[in-house]
Amino acid sequence: MSTMAAPVRQVSGGVNVKIVNRVVIYGLLALFALFYLMPLFVMLVTSFKTMNEIQNGNMLSLPKAPTFDPWLKAWGETCVGLTCAGIKGYFWNSIKMVVPAVLISTMLGALNGYVLTKWRFRGATLVFGLMLFACFIPFQSVLLPMATILGSLGRLGVSLQNSVGTSFGLGNPTVNLVFVHVVYGIGFTTLFFRNYYEAFPTELVKAAQVDGASFFQIFRRIMLPNSMPIFVVTVIYQFTNIWNDFLFASAYAGTGDSMPMTVALNNVVNTSTGVVEYNVNMAAAMIAALPTLLVYVLAGRYFVRGLMAGAVKG
Amino acid sequence: MAFLEINGLRKRFGQVEILKGIDLELEKGGFLVLVGPSGCGKSTLLNTIAGLETITSGEIRIDDRAVNDLHPSKRDIAMVFQSYALYPNMTVAGNISFGMEMRGVPADERQKAIDKVAKVLQIGHLLQRKPSQLSGGQRQRVAMGRALVRDPKLFLFDEPLSNLDAKLRVDMRIEIKRLHATTGTTIVYVTHDQIEAMTLATKIAVMRDGEVQQFGTPAEIYNNPANVFVADFMGSPAMNLIPATIGGDGSGMAVVLDREARQPITLPMTNAPAGLSAFKGKPVIFGVRPEALTDPEGAERNASHIATADCHIEVVEPAGSDTFAVTNLGGKGVVARLRADANIQPGTSTPLAFNLTKAVFFDPATENRIR
Ligand SMILES: Nc1ncnc2c1ncn2[C@@H]1O[C@H](COP(=O)(O)OP(=O)(O)OP(=O)(O)O)[C@@H](O)[C@H]1O
Ligand SMILES: [Mg+2]
Repeated sequence: MSTMAAPVRQVSGGVNVKIVNRVVIYGLLALFALFYLMPLFVMLVTSFKTMNEIQNGNMLSLPKAPTFDPWLKAWGETCVGLTCAGIKGYFWNSIKMVVPAVLISTMLGALNGYVLTKWRFRGATLVFGLMLFACFIPFQSVLLPMATILGSLGRLGVSLQNSVGTSFGLGNPTVNLVFVHVVYGIGFTTLFFRNYYEAFPTELVKAAQVDGASFFQIFRRIMLPNSMPIFVVTVIYQFTNIWNDFLFASAYAGTGDSMPMTVALNNVVNTSTGVVEYNVNMAAAMIAALPTLLVYVLAGRYFVRGLMAGAVKG
Repeated sequence: MAFLEINGLRKRFGQVEILKGIDLELEKGGFLVLVGPSGCGKSTLLNTIAGLETITSGEIRIDDRAVNDLHPSKRDIAMVFQSYALYPNMTVAGNISFGMEMRGVPADERQKAIDKVAKVLQIGHLLQRKPSQLSGGQRQRVAMGRALVRDPKLFLFDEPLSNLDAKLRVDMRIEIKRLHATTGTTIVYVTHDQIEAMTLATKIAVMRDGEVQQFGTPAEIYNNPANVFVADFMGSPAMNLIPATIGGDGSGMAVVLDREARQPITLPMTNAPAGLSAFKGKPVIFGVRPEALTDPEGAERNASHIATADCHIEVVEPAGSDTFAVTNLGGKGVVARLRADANIQPGTSTPLAFNLTKAVFFDPATENRIR
């Protein structure tokens, strides 16, 4: 295929054309921004209104008498299914599930990246290829096999409980979700760290070997401290994905006390006793979204920087 | 018994053989310099000595002990990498003491060792900085410090000065020479730099394509090159390698150098090497270094065997301390080194003195030295 030389377009109108272009571009950008921010705006204002105002007023208007009650109700009193104790329990469920899942999958990804780039073994490329492949496996196709595996793990837990006295968490829905997310996340975290460590100077590892550092000492003292950008990228990526996951959560922890935030939120909205409390629903949705927002705000700077660094270094 | 011995060392990466049977030995306190064109396997050889690369066959002995299967940390070596390889997350002090820390040296002893090395290398004021806050020369010294603090059996240096500017390079070269002289350590050193090789080495190994072409003292390598490659590689400006024929009658022999559109030059030989008689009437490569091709007044006084011939000068390059003149012999530009005040003009003919005591001959077919 031959590459065609792009025709050089003469700027005939000069300054005027430039200004028009600018206006069009910024106008469009503003429009898109508005389009994206509108739902958030509506959610936010609605969550501070009373039911009265919602039923009689305009959706877009600011609350006349802002009230924090819907937030308090969503946190502590609203009904999730049949229990009416708010969403706070489920919020902590999510935290208890997300934090270990993110940390474990990130550390495993870092370790994999380290081995795949600095301790190359026979077939390392193949292993990496298979791990990459894991990134493309659709959620849906994992659902049933994973349910079977979790079922057997659960039974193992029960028999351990009976014989040894502890199930080691096997069969616990939160542990199950951590397990699922770690397994599913390893492909991505390995990809991130492998690409980062590929560009990481191998001579540093060699120098540390001459200095007498062991496999794990090199990992802990040399690799990890120099992996801040990719570490942040991976944590943000994993945190957002796992926190927002609904499919695995509803499949493996869809009922009972250990359901995560996303499932609980769905149940709040679907609980239809009497009037729909839009303000409480919106507040609950905001609470559910806060942690990911927070992570972005705190670490977003590194996110962009990390992605850039990876892009430049290859 | 040599301190470092390498016997029949071979290394292959996949199907490609990178080191094709290396034999070297170095006495205790020796300074071995590895030179050779890029990609000839110098770094690979150094890495195998360090144990950072496995070897395919052969043997490496350090201090009379085979180290083939020993982990790098157990070989009692210290290495300075081409890129310095300083740990970016640690301070200078942390970098220098990391090896001791890994070996479980107590903190107060580490501190003493750091202070001592920092004083030698004059980096005391930099100890709390990170490598990214240092200049190239300072990083270089820290990298040296990391090796020096260990007092190992063997130092390995991989082109440690290649990233420095000319001035700093000279300073560091002298520093390394002083270090070697005062501490008497054994060093293996890779470089591209002729002058570094000649000034630092007690032994030089010239490598090409994974083979050692010649192994000897700097003087041997310089004055008695084993083949055309070594003659051409060592020395700057390079040795003149002139296509010539061996002429002469009866027992006397002469070197005949063709010239374009002029009478050939005939240089009578009285001290020809024994092997040269087999080449009578045949082509050879005549090697003469620029400093052995001078104006008659500047010729070495005690050289026993000097032949003078008129040469047509094409280019004159005054270079401060010397003047280089280019003439054409055997179809090639030939560089002569004259006194700085030699009065010559391009386009004229002037007599040049060939110091035939220093001349060498090579077989054009095998490129090996005729002895
Ligand atoms: N890990 C490797 N796998 C395959 N080939 C390699 C590997 N490392 C080095 N080589 C090859 O071995 C040869 C020698 O490499 P080496 O780094 O030893 O060269 P060098 O003499 O140090 O060159 P330079 O002066 O440029 O540093 C090169 O041709 C290189 O391509
Ligand atoms: Mg090299």
